[in-house]
Amino acid sequence: MLSIKELRASIEGKEILKGINLDIKPGEVHAIMGPNGSGKSTLASVLAGREEYEVTGGSVLFDGKDLLDLAAEERAAEGIFLAFQYPVEIPGVTTINFLKTAVNEIRKYRGENPLDAAQFLKMVREKAKLVSMNDSLLKRALNEGFSGGEKKRNEIFQMAVLEPKLAILDETDSGLDIDALRIVAEGVNSLRSPDRSAIVVTHYQRLLDYIVPDYVHVLYKGRIVKSGTKELAFELEEKGYDWIKAEVEAVG
Amino acid sequence: MTTETIDLKTKLVADFYAREAVMNGEASSAFHQKKRAALARFDQLGFPTPKNEEWKYSNVRELISESYHFNAESSLGLADLQDLNIPEQVANILYFINGHYNEELSSIVSSSDQIIIDSLQSAYKKNPSLVNTYFDELVKDDTDAFTSLNTAFAHDGVFIHIPDNQTVEHPVILRFVSDARTQNVGSQPRNIIAVGKNAHVKLAEAFRTLGTERSFTNAVTEIHMDRDSGVEYYKVQNESEKAYHIGTTQVRMLDNSHFYAGTVTLNGHFTRNNLNIIIDGERCEAHMYGLYFPDGTQHVDNHTVADHCKPNSQSNELYKGILRDRAKGVFNGKIFVRPDAQKTNAFQSCKNIVLSTEATMNTKPQLEIYADDVKCSHGTTTGQIDEEALFYMRSRGISKPEAMSLLMFAFCADVVSQIKIDSIREYLENVIADKLASK
Repeated sequence: MLSIKELRASIEGKEILKGINLDIKPGEVHAIMGPNGSGKSTLASVLAGREEYEVTGGSVLFDGKDLLDLAAEERAAEGIFLAFQYPVEIPGVTTINFLKTAVNEIRKYRGENPLDAAQFLKMVREKAKLVSMNDSLLKRALNEGFSGGEKKRNEIFQMAVLEPKLAILDETDSGLDIDALRIVAEGVNSLRSPDRSAIVVTHYQRLLDYIVPDYVHVLYKGRIVKSGTKELAFELEEKGYDWIKAEVEAVG
Repeated sequence: MTTETIDLKTKLVADFYAREAVMNGEASSAFHQKKRAALARFDQLGFPTPKNEEWKYSNVRELISESYHFNAESSLGLADLQDLNIPEQVANILYFINGHYNEELSSIVSSSDQIIIDSLQSAYKKNPSLVNTYFDELVKDDTDAFTSLNTAFAHDGVFIHIPDNQTVEHPVILRFVSDARTQNVGSQPRNIIAVGKNAHVKLAEAFRTLGTERSFTNAVTEIHMDRDSGVEYYKVQNESEKAYHIGTTQVRMLDNSHFYAGTVTLNGHFTRNNLNIIIDGERCEAHMYGLYFPDGTQHVDNHTVADHCKPNSQSNELYKGILRDRAKGVFNGKIFVRPDAQKTNAFQSCKNIVLSTEATMNTKPQLEIYADDVKCSHGTTTGQIDEEALFYMRSRGISKPEAMSLLMFAFCADVVSQIKIDSIREYLENVIADKLASK
């Protein structure tokens, strides 16, 4: 589904990703862990099409298409979804209106007819229920005055509505207490299916107690320096990142 | 000063005296004496140049470089108005075509014990002393040449009187249409709104143009608010690419009165709005909202004054603009807090999005505070579209142009939502959405 080869990216002339290789098959959940500043969020941003980053080398194929050729909105329409670490507050645009626009823009891209108001509302109510999203939040301006937990839940709710093939969760656990974390994780899990994949970017292992990954990768200084299964996450939780850093320094 | 400047001014002054010469007895009336004094003021002031601090960024040279046929007769009828997509609403609707009241197109639905609505001409014929009680009283000390010019030439407009304790259920919508299909036209509507004690009304002025010749509107509205009264006042300008509009709305508020103003400039070549509120009472609330979208080479200038003369009142102001292409915007907001006006709360904010490097916005908050126990604040921002918000929307599949228009629409929402006459708010929402989507 997703094939990243030797991906390099920089921002303001500073290289952050220094040759990432990663293959993700349908249905798989990959966790990307690593210390602060290792490039985790950059990877998520580059995949979603954030324009501040300059891709300086490598390739990314998504379902056979050259992802790097597509604008952010085209990537979304192709089935990529980024759950933001810091969801943006947009005063004056209600969540429901925002999502209706998004859904119908994506349908237009795919050559489908727009959903009418009734179809859309029915779908949205079902999805809101799925992720325990309070209906009253839908009528409010997007993320405006939402608590940290509400914002993250709104991300997962949007993901449920847009049904992406590849969801990228960028530190979705940051700033969440354990109850909020569980609710968000349940939402993500309810969307798991054999043809949907996810990249879970996180600093801590605790999210992975709830969203159990198939693979865990450690990103350090812009490269994936170690890959394993969920046991690797436990090891990182127990021993921290220093031993990985030491291993890398010894080799490199 | 250019020779054209002298031409238009000289012509107007000569016109005034030529008309006066054939007025018979009416020339000696108190009403006419006010006009005469105003003409003298205009003659002395002359059209403003950018040397005048109040006109520093708005040059009227182009406006006065041609002549206009004032109060031109027009054959405009119902069929012609259909092109203007005017929204329907159950309301008191008064049409003025090139400055003339058009009774056929107008309809008054409220009962006359609730509200007296008449054209200025007709009201004056019926009750000259009543009209004269209010006419010019709020603007006679105005040092703006255009206001004096309007007073001198005040020909028609609306006279509204709301008796004490009346709440007018249906809004009053004044529609000023310039018919510039065959020639340059000018009009100087003069509106007088006298709101009695504990009386309430919603009022809108809508300005439109037909045709591609120049139009020049020089409008003045005086709003007298007695104590405990409430007025919601909206001014909507959707004029042509060759429309020049200069307008002054002068309000005087007495104790416990509430005034809401919404000024929306959708289109027009050159627009200058003065909104001056004298808060001459305690526990008053004055709210001013404004919105403007100049593009091409359009010029929009909003000058506002909140003049706090008495204690314990508040004023609150929010103006927003989106500027494109080579458009120019000007905002000047004055807040005066007089020595007696302790415990005044006065807030002012002007926010702008500038979408082109060639567009300019000049903002100038001006606070003069002579009392010590007051809360005043002001802030202006001028920036671009929030890139982070734009990326957030695009990451959900919303194309860049669509995301831009949604964000801009959202930017306008807190002003548009203040407009409480449904047909006008819905009309604005549609026009604004179209305007934002078309680029």
